[in-house]
Amino acid sequence: MLKMDDIQKRLLEEVADLHDVPVGAYNLRANGKSVGRNSTDEIVITPKEDVSGIDIRIKDGTKNQSVHIPVVLSESGLRETVYNDFYIGEDCDVLIVAGCGIDNCGVQDSEHDGVHRFFVGKNSRMKYVEKHYGSGDGRGKRILNPVTEVYMEEGSSVEMEMVQIKGVDSTKRTTKAVLGENAHMAVRERLMTHGEQTAGSVYEVVLDGDGSSADVVSRGVARERSYQKLDLKIVGNAACSGHTECDSIIMDEGRILAVPSLEANNVEAALIHEAAIGKIAGDQLIKLMTLGLTEAEAEEQIINGFLK
Amino acid sequence: MLELRNVSFEANDEMGTTEILRDINLTIGDRKFVVITGPNGGGKSTMAKLIAGIKKPTSGSILYDGEDITELGITERAEKGIGFAFQQPVRFKGIQVIDLLRIASGEELSVAKACEYLSEVGLCARDYINREVNASLSGGELKRIEIATVMARKPRMSVFDEPEAGIDLWSFQNLISVFEKMRAEIRDSSIVIISHQERILSIADEIVVLDRGGTIAKQGDAKTIIPDIIGTEAAVDSCERLKY
Repeated sequence: MLKMDDIQKRLLEEVADLHDVPVGAYNLRANGKSVGRNSTDEIVITPKEDVSGIDIRIKDGTKNQSVHIPVVLSESGLRETVYNDFYIGEDCDVLIVAGCGIDNCGVQDSEHDGVHRFFVGKNSRMKYVEKHYGSGDGRGKRILNPVTEVYMEEGSSVEMEMVQIKGVDSTKRTTKAVLGENAHMAVRERLMTHGEQTAGSVYEVVLDGDGSSADVVSRGVARERSYQKLDLKIVGNAACSGHTECDSIIMDEGRILAVPSLEANNVEAALIHEAAIGKIAGDQLIKLMTLGLTEAEAEEQIINGFLK
Repeated sequence: MLELRNVSFEANDEMGTTEILRDINLTIGDRKFVVITGPNGGGKSTMAKLIAGIKKPTSGSILYDGEDITELGITERAEKGIGFAFQQPVRFKGIQVIDLLRIASGEELSVAKACEYLSEVGLCARDYINREVNASLSGGELKRIEIATVMARKPRMSVFDEPEAGIDLWSFQNLISVFEKMRAEIRDSSIVIISHQERILSIADEIVVLDRGGTIAKQGDAKTIIPDIIGTEAAVDSCERLKY
């Protein structure tokens, strides 16, 4: 059983859908300390010696295995930066579940900055799921500033699901990726901000290898007086294809700045960007109301679907 | 039973006030299949929206089973058993067909039951149940899903606003059989369809013809009315409608 209090267990459930220790390799971090760790024959987790964080080494040919590395913070005023490096061998197929939940009932700000680097070996597949969540009614802010770097070798493929739905007061998300020959990346980001929250998300995906491709899609909902800035960039340095899309709903006094951008440095690069911001369409509300929902229920259904 | 009593509707825009419907009196009885037709701009869709509560009349009143529902909103009318199918079905990012059917039925609809509704409108359920109701679906597919959501709601009064609009001829030929089946199986419900289509008109218990001035020009059973309006904008065969 985990040595965690009820708040920590609730956060763990929110960010990683975990009720107890997961199957396979994992590292659970609570209030700045590791509270559980498990390596397997194929996946070895070791603590770093110079800075706070861990190294995760996945052997060549590891298939259908998962690594869970959730973080929970329930102590007001705790600020930490953690460095986690993932070395994924060749011909692997793995699921990595990260995520951070902060509960802050105090007056001091709590902050977790996770710096994740992924080195994805030849022909390997990785799915990465990251959920961020905040709760607590203290005046102290809940701050998350994740930095994600992905280096992809020939023929590798990465799918990233990045979700921040509730309770994070301030976030600056920075994601960088460099893709080798025939490497493929798909990113699905979901952001919802409310109250006075601010969220910034910056992506720079560099397509270095011939035949590489990237599809980076960010969907955001800004409610109340919150603000989001989405800065999605794809750089094409080879015969490659890239697509980036910011799709946002604004409500109340919410504000969004979407800046999709493309840079082509090779005549064979085919890059597309799209951006759309708008309020919920009146017809969508009316349709769901003709099915018996109230206006507020219809609004929730539309947002839930949009962020699914 | 639905009654429209002295219902008028005016639209306001920068050009001023336009009268869309003028002093309409109409009763739609229980277990009736009623088709409302007439020229474009005659106020047919407005009448459908007035029944569903999407628009409010400028004057007059709407009664449903004797109760005045003029001031009730869309949700309240839906709860009273009035269903509405859009002329242009609405698209949603992220909402799947099964989600819409579940919302419509108001319960945790099983996949098997949801599939039945899709089969009713001629869609292979397995291919559609998890599709998003978004721009990847064709006009014909969206129309069928729209009709399936109204069926899943099991309304006592269904209003279909121009089911033939915006779809190709092939899809519409197939859709007609859906309405023919609805007509055959009508039990305790009533169906109102806004349509110009001769084949839809021919299965009506009653046809209401609006004129350009937003009043009822003619009203009666299909046998009496169709000969009068055939070949006009109010009743066209499948090929003719391609011109409109």
